[in-house]
Amino acid sequence: MTVTIGWYMSLAAVLFSIGAAGVLMRRNALVMFMSIELMLNSVNLTFIAAGNELGLVEGQVAALFVMVVAAAEVTIGLAILVAVFRRRATANVDQLSELRG
Amino acid sequence: MTEVILFVIFAAVALAGALVMVSARNPVYSAIGLLAAMFTMALFYVMLDAHFVAAVQIVVYAGAVMTLFLFVIMMIGVDKKEDTAESIPFQRGITIVVALGLGVVIILAGSQVWITGNTAFGSPDLVGTIETVSDAIFGTWTIAFLSTVFLLTIAAVGTVALAMFGSKAVPEVESEEGA
Repeated sequence: MTVTIGWYMSLAAVLFSIGAAGVLMRRNALVMFMSIELMLNSVNLTFIAAGNELGLVEGQVAALFVMVVAAAEVTIGLAILVAVFRRRATANVDQLSELRG
Repeated sequence: MTEVILFVIFAAVALAGALVMVSARNPVYSAIGLLAAMFTMALFYVMLDAHFVAAVQIVVYAGAVMTLFLFVIMMIGVDKKEDTAESIPFQRGITIVVALGLGVVIILAGSQVWITGNTAFGSPDLVGTIETVSDAIFGTWTIAFLSTVFLLTIAAVGTVALAMFGSKAVPEVESEEGA
């Protein structure tokens, strides 16, 4: 019995689902950001597993670019969160509902 | 066989970390759970011969991103417990059902398609050293790499702008509300 690519893909799918559940369920904006990071990481795992299976280096290149985008996203997101916290003193997304239509 | 045992152990750690991250009330525990998941991801990358990406994963995520997260958690306040009241009825149950359905759909859809590559014909295994990865980045994908440079610069400038001008706008807006 060897570890095939399907094992990695299944694990990544499960981790992605856990991250999606975190975004939907948690009300703390910080933990929602962490869930988004987990989803990006699971996609990275599928990129690298597929690249390893196909013998292509592009899987690892795509994973590196995803990491760059994730780093930029988390920087901006946390800056917005700190700016919101200065005004409202909360990180709970339920209490930030001024833009509700 | 060793690979299977290692995979099962690492997968258990990654799943436990992810579940702790989603379920913990204290954001610091969530951060530690995410850290465990990130580290096991790096171990999976090593198992998949992506050595450089594994090193970058540890440096960027465990080093930079998690430090940023912990910094913001400490700044915003650790002792604030999240209230468990649901503003949308049955949100937790619906979320669990939706997430389970999503996982099942992804796995079913993924098992319908099987990628095939040239490894089946006996090409040498690709090892993701710095040399091979940078050959691809600076050779084939130079434009994409340069656009990430712009992306990171814009993100840094935007963060500084938010920090500088965000605080100044607060008293003006609140005085308008008071009047």
